[in-house]
Order: sequence, then C-alpha cells, then structure tokens
Amino acid sequence: MSRLFMFEKPLGMRDTLPSLYEKKHRVRTQMADTMREWGYEFIETPTLEYYETVGAASAINDAQLFKLLDKDGHTLVLRPDMTAPIARVAASKLLDDNLPVRLAYTANVFRAQQREGGRPAEFEQIGIEFINDQTVSCDAEVIALLISSLKQAGLTEFQVSIGHAEFAQDLFMQILGTNGRATSLRKFLYEKNYVGYRDQVNSFQLSTIDKQRLLKLLQLRGNGEVIGNALDIIENDKGKQAILELQELWEIIKDYGVEEHVKFDLSIVSHMSYYSGILYEVYAGNVGFPIGNGGRYSLIEKFGKKATATGFAVRVDMLLEALGGGLVEDTTNCILFSPERRKEAFELAQKRHEQGIKTVLQDINGVKDLDAFTKKFADTTYLIGGRKDD
Amino acid sequence: MTNVLTIAMPKGRIFEEAVELLRQAGYKLPPEFDDNRKLIIEVPEEGLRFILAKPMDVATYVEHGVADVGIAGKDVLLEEERDVYELLDLKISSCYLAVAGLPNTKMNEVAPRVATKYPNVAEAYFREQGEQVEIIKLNGSIELAPLIGLSDRIVDIVSTGRTLKENGLVEYERIQDVTSRLIVNPVSYRIKDRKIDELVERLHEVVEVL
Repeated sequence: MSRLFMFEKPLGMRDTLPSLYEKKHRVRTQMADTMREWGYEFIETPTLEYYETVGAASAINDAQLFKLLDKDGHTLVLRPDMTAPIARVAASKLLDDNLPVRLAYTANVFRAQQREGGRPAEFEQIGIEFINDQTVSCDAEVIALLISSLKQAGLTEFQVSIGHAEFAQDLFMQILGTNGRATSLRKFLYEKNYVGYRDQVNSFQLSTIDKQRLLKLLQLRGNGEVIGNALDIIENDKGKQAILELQELWEIIKDYGVEEHVKFDLSIVSHMSYYSGILYEVYAGNVGFPIGNGGRYSLIEKFGKKATATGFAVRVDMLLEALGGGLVEDTTNCILFSPERRKEAFELAQKRHEQGIKTVLQDINGVKDLDAFTKKFADTTYLIGGRKDD
Repeated sequence: MTNVLTIAMPKGRIFEEAVELLRQAGYKLPPEFDDNRKLIIEVPEEGLRFILAKPMDVATYVEHGVADVGIAGKDVLLEEERDVYELLDLKISSCYLAVAGLPNTKMNEVAPRVATKYPNVAEAYFREQGEQVEIIKLNGSIELAPLIGLSDRIVDIVSTGRTLKENGLVEYERIQDVTSRLIVNPVSYRIKDRKIDELVERLHEVVEVL
C-alpha cells in the first residue's frame, strides 16, 4: 500500500464546499417543501443496517453493497438506499392501524467503491414512499409529486418513462410457456441487448405472429398510443391487467395536467422481481444517467407485513448536474468594525439579521488584505474609528 | 442540444466501413471524413456531430452520455459490460474471439497463463470451461506472449488468421463471433427517441440488404 497524501479521501468520496452546498441546500429545500405541502412526513433511519435484513432486502446488488463488521461479527451495510430501511420501519412500527402512510426522506446512501470516475460511493437521495394503498391513484400521486417537486427545483426539461413489471413477464409466459425460456428473454431485455433478444426470439419454434408479438415489445415506447399498441399484442391475464392499470394511470396523469413530462416504455424491466407493478425512470436531457427512478414494490412483505408501496428517489448530484447553471449568487454583506464601535456594529448586524439579510461581522484587525476580503461580499459597511460621524 | 445527435465512431479498422454504411443509409458526410486528424467533426446539415475515439473507448463515451450513439465491436461490449442499449447488428468488421497458442502444447497445470487485451472475456470464458487461469493484460501484439514464454495461451480477435499463422500459432477454440453494433445511451434513447429511431431505421434497411 502506498503512503497516502494528506489531501486524499477514500475512493468515491466527495466533499461539498460552501458554494456547492448552497445549491444543494436550495434544491433540497425546494423539493422537500413540495413534499411537505403534499402531506408527506419526513423520517430518518440509521446509516448502518444489518446485511442480513435490510442489505438482503434491498434492490441494490450484493456486489454493490458497502459492508463492514460490528463487534459481534454481524455483517453491516452502509444503507444502499432508503426504501429498504423505510420498509423495515413501516412494517415494525407504522402499519398497525392499516391506513395509508406517506413518508419522505433526504439521506446519503452508499454504494461499493468503483475505480471509474463519475460513480460516487456516497450520494444524496431525496424521495418518498407511499405505503399501504393499492390504487392506481396512489401510483399517479407519486408520479405527479415527482414531477411537481422537480419543477419546483427549477428543472424544466425532463421526462418520466413509465413501464410495468408484469407486462413483459406475462407476455413471455403467454407465448413461451416456460419460465426458463421467459427468463432467458427477460435477461436480454434487462441487459438492453436487443440484438441478442431478436436472435433469441428467432431461434424459438414459434408462429410468425407470436414472433412479431415478441419483437413488437421493443417498440412499445412513446406517448399514450403505446397503451393501445400493447393491448394488441397481449391476451387476457396479468399482462392485460397491467396495461389497464397504465391506461387508468394515463387518465389520472392527464387530470393532474402533467402529461407533457410523461412517456411510456414497456421494455423497462427491473433486474430482479423487485418491482411488482408500475415502475419508471426519470431522464433529463443533459445528463447521461437517469436522475431518479421509482415504482411499486412488495418489499414490505419481507419484513413481515402484508402491504405494497410505491415511491421514488431522485439523486441530488444528478439533479444538480441537470440544473447546470452557475453558482448561487451570494447576497451576503459585511460589517467591518473597529473595537471602538463594536456595540454599534452588533446592533446594526442584529437589525439586518432580523430582516433576514445575511450579514457577516468582522473585526477589521483580523483581516490582513482588506481589498481581497471585501470583494467576497455584495456590500460592505465600515464602522471604524473612535467617533460616530453624525 | 436535443437537436444534435453525437455519434462516437471507432478510429482505425472499423471506421471506413462505418462511414460507408452511414453514407449508404443516406447521410451526407463531407469528404473530409476520409482523411482527417480531427477528433470532433460537425455535420450541421444532418444535425450530427461525430467524435472519433479509440474502439475500446466508444462504449465508455456512450455510457456516460457524452455521445448519444456509438459504433462498437461486440468484443468491446463483452469486455466492458457498459450499461448501453445494443440496438442493431451492423454486420461490418466481422471477426471472432478465439483462444490460440503454440501448436501441440498443453496449458501449464499448476498456473495456466493467458495473455489478452480482453481480461474479462478471457476469464469468463475459461471459468465456463471449468478452468481457473491467470490473466496477463497486454495492449497489443498479443501473439508475442506465447512465442517468448509469457503465457501458454492468448485470447484475441481473429479476422483472417494470417497473423497467427505467420507467427507459428494455431487456434484452439473459437469463443464468439464479433461484428460491430450500434449502441445507444439509455437516456438519449428516450429523450432523443425520434432522431435515434430514424437512424436505426435507415441503418437497418441498409444492413438487411447486405
């Protein structure tokens, strides 16, 4: 192991310096305020959880978990997301009266360190979980709140692409019959390997019509018309139910008036059978990775309560990248005083603080380079010298 | 920026074939494409911007979203496992990944060594064969490794087999066929869907005829 330089941080860790902190704080507040307005209650959970419980239940791959040992030899994880910890809390504490629960959070989550840049091992997520309401209204509310809070944070160009976990799976089962063949196709879809998917479809002994149905799945991407096209290739059963849910969702989304940000994409699948219903990803034009995602899941059952939930998480670092722009304009002003007029300076500062004006109080004897110092402020007031000037 | 599509092109062997394919698909690419040292070429008439990258790096540019679309060999996709859509088999630059070595030799039983530019592919392949091997990563002239005793075997791409032959090596196993693929960044695939669908359609027509 080479000797560390004093400036080094562990791989994948980042500092937040004041100017970035201001931006982060503003975005976080704007989103959180919207969530609060919609009646979501904020909660906090521990940074460390047990690997056996929360770690195993999480949607994040085992290889991506950040693991440690506690003093008794239990494996711990730094929480990889907030959904699993909230499922734990909800199942053990919040669902006794069997009513819908609306929760929100903002928290740093952790993923295993990676060599390549652009993949921090710690980053902030802001999100919500709407627990114990099975209606499509509930899914729609979460998506509408997602859109509303992103707009509130100042994001204008973004798109939520919505799919359904049951659709592809049921289509595969209807046509292919066996779980093994369905899984092989699903794997290509998950790996985004459409070349492999088409080759695999063509290798099956199927009627031309069935092959067409399977290939058409790759094109089910776009506006509301996707729903009609999907109904054409699916037969009764869960898959059809899924599309009817999306149809209802589309109507509700239109009633919320946010349909300009919504598209459908039925080729979206999650890597495990983690999501159980409507699921989605959020994209902003100038960022290469999704800035957030969400969907309906039945994770809470793993913690011993029968309830489904839906929620989303937005990555604050990605959102900031999407918002781009310069630094937040600093409106702080400064009062430079000499000891003789200290009291006067304090009184002035207090008055400004009461008015909500950010004001720094600085003893002039503590500053070596006055020009450089005062340049940092929007405005500087000098209270110097023995006599008040009337 | 949503109006311009950035395409990452692999420099070298695949480049000319890829340019030819785009021209066949009706994209008017200026003559400067054929002889150029520039790394970024704008084609505003077509709403396209090309970046010229090392073949091994194309998928990296696309995954990070600095290029919307790219043309990359299947060998690169297998090795890099980047999170990108593989939309189309362009059926150009056809070759295959293979295991080769000196004729009539067996791998060392205690510590079989394999030299390659594709450590992930090689390791995965031998593991599937039930064999644990030690990998030595090289960046080129892989054929040298068995000749001077660095490794028992190599894993590399073979197109005609001439290089192997000229160096007295033989092919032991064929791992996988390789052609170039059209790859797309997942966000671009959704946000720039119209432009990308059009590109895919036009290329698809050309490729099907081949």
